[in-house]
Amino acid sequence: MVWNSFSDFLAMGGYGLYVWGSVGATALLMMLEPIIIARRNSALTTQLQRQFRAERNQHTQRRSPA
Amino acid sequence: MNNRLLNWFKFASPQSFFPLAGKMIPGFWALAVIFGVAGLYLGFFVAPTDAQQGEGYRIIFLHVPAAWMSMFIYLVMAFWAAIGLIYKTRLSGMMASALAPTGAMFTFLALWTGAFWGKPMWGAWWVWDARLTSELILFFLYIGFIALQAAIDDPRRADKAGAILALVGVVNIPIIYFSVKWWNTLHQGASVSLTKAPSMAQTMLLAMLLCALAFWMYSVAVALMRVRGIILERERNSEWVKQQVTMAAAGR
Repeated sequence: MVWNSFSDFLAMGGYGLYVWGSVGATALLMMLEPIIIARRNSALTTQLQRQFRAERNQHTQRRSPA
Repeated sequence: MNNRLLNWFKFASPQSFFPLAGKMIPGFWALAVIFGVAGLYLGFFVAPTDAQQGEGYRIIFLHVPAAWMSMFIYLVMAFWAAIGLIYKTRLSGMMASALAPTGAMFTFLALWTGAFWGKPMWGAWWVWDARLTSELILFFLYIGFIALQAAIDDPRRADKAGAILALVGVVNIPIIYFSVKWWNTLHQGASVSLTKAPSMAQTMLLAMLLCALAFWMYSVAVALMRVRGIILERERNSEWVKQQVTMAAAGR
């Protein structure tokens, strides 16, 4: 262990702003990217499900006599 | 044609790759987390203070892996683009499109963490040096690829146009890599190279390699997630997507 205390760790020997600025941006983007993709994928699946259900209903309506 | 060849080509179709990708994603996430935790622990708690750059050098554990991935993803993207161009396989173009945003993100992170390193070490967030400028061009290449594909409605033509852009842009990768040798740059030379012993402490090197592995596994996981979305989008009129999606709805 190279740190004597937690505040020592945060200070990064005077480079705190630069080290944590890098870590923060990296962590933020690498967490956001998969969340955005997962949400977009599930939204697409829901949209397709709705579309297929609508198409199926249309078919059955057309087949039944008016 | 023998059996092994047939099995290989089986996964080149979006229909059979879709479930395979779904099965591989959790494994790549697990590897990314394991390598990431190990690398960051070594890098931030075990690796010693640098004699010249103090604690500020610890940015290296994110900066170098991000920069490596920014170049590596571009090469993989260009590879898939070329395969798509030559063999007209649908999945190749989708792979290239799935990789571009992640490549752009790592290029941005390489530039960002580089700026946060440059400010305390050189006294400037940005300088127009060969390494930094060529990396910025890489960022524009990714953005150009994404924008070009988004501007063309027909996916096959979008794939083709994107592939040509990606292949022309490959020339930039060796320029980035060798820029610190070819020109007199403010950016320091390579800390790790294939030809000579690394110029850094063992724990630092190990931490950096573990972080690079974590970023690599992350990229695979995220690209597979994205390619599944692209497959659904582009194959939405096919019968198997209809079955797949309806089955997913029934399973809920």
